[in-house]
Amino acid sequence: MPSLDDLRKRISSVKSTQKITKAMKMVAAAKLRKAQEMAEKGRPYSDKMDVIIQNLSKAINDPSNAPKLLVGTGEDKTHLCVVMTADRGLCGGFNTNICKLAKKYFDEAIKTSKNLKIITVGTKGLDQLKRDYGKYIIKKINIKDKKKLTFSDAEEIGKQIVELFRNKEFDKCFIFYNKFKNVISQIPQQQQVIPAKSEDKNKKEEEISSYEFEPEEDEILEDLLPKNISTQIFKAFLENSASEQGSRMTAMDNATRNAGDLVDKLTINYNRSRQAAITKELIEIISGAESL
Amino acid sequence: MEKNFNLEIISPEKILLSDKVNSVTIPSFEGEMTILSDHIPLITFLRPGIIEIHESKKKKFFTEEGTVEFSNNNLIILASTIIDLENLTKDKISGMLKESKDLLSKGNLNDKAVYVNSHKIDCLSKINL
Repeated sequence: MPSLDDLRKRISSVKSTQKITKAMKMVAAAKLRKAQEMAEKGRPYSDKMDVIIQNLSKAINDPSNAPKLLVGTGEDKTHLCVVMTADRGLCGGFNTNICKLAKKYFDEAIKTSKNLKIITVGTKGLDQLKRDYGKYIIKKINIKDKKKLTFSDAEEIGKQIVELFRNKEFDKCFIFYNKFKNVISQIPQQQQVIPAKSEDKNKKEEEISSYEFEPEEDEILEDLLPKNISTQIFKAFLENSASEQGSRMTAMDNATRNAGDLVDKLTINYNRSRQAAITKELIEIISGAESL
Repeated sequence: MEKNFNLEIISPEKILLSDKVNSVTIPSFEGEMTILSDHIPLITFLRPGIIEIHESKKKKFFTEEGTVEFSNNNLIILASTIIDLENLTKDKISGMLKESKDLLSKGNLNDKAVYVNSHKIDCLSKINL
């Protein structure tokens, strides 16, 4: 049985924890609004970019001459996985969910004896992956010192990926991130960025409107494809940051509520022990008086 | 009768403009072009220059690069760096000018970068606010 003093100390410590989680929740809520707005405003750009690429790829008749970034190397040996996570914890299952999805994919790739290469963006993902998959990690990108992620940050990462591809370091590239659906649900996503051509053949080939290209298709694609990768990464950044804040807000909300419950319980306990102590003292006094 | 078409100017951060317009002049990679409604489907690049929207209220944007798609009377301009001319200040212009000139003077650029940067300088120095 903890003494009264112990109980009092615990209550005050839980209360100060509650204050912190409450503050974190409010900060996350304020950041969330901004991040969500940015994620939603950023969507049209990447969607339209995708449409243009798909239109362009339809216009190419001779796949053997098409840029490798679009149609792939024709092989399926080495997979590059870019796992994008946050740099901070205390945001519920946010980082774990991405890592879980990525790990599942890694195991499958290893089972089918594919070469695996991993780039981690954000330190939390690195922490979770380095024990089991440390030897596959080829690059660690840290975004901790950046307060706000800009398009040029995404471009930087995109460039590195394209360069690796040009050096024939991998055949396919996937990015892992959380898609922001709403405050309580974020869905971990796996998206193929190289080759860019979607293999979705269910879509009926529409009547292709023959485009006029200026300059030639190849030149356009040569320039557009790396840009598309940066765009997709930027989109993942935006979705991730909105998801992170959303996830943190929910997690901290729960934590605040749990702390409240705990304080209630401890207070009852404290009052009971106090009452017990008083009663005990009274009994001692009374029985002392009776024995006289 | 004047025909209008849909124009959308989109940057990675947001949709800058979405409107029905009559004609748009864009600094395409191989020269300026003006797009009117019922233009044939087109995909092209932008070089640094001014996007000009001809409407009752004229609008101008400075862009560094971008991708343009026109199909079915929908013009989509995707530009990663784009600024409304109204928001452009002399300081910003001289900053960008200096940056490009520095790049050019280093001299280890490929033809394309030289082309793009010289156009940027050309265009920026013509802007008068």
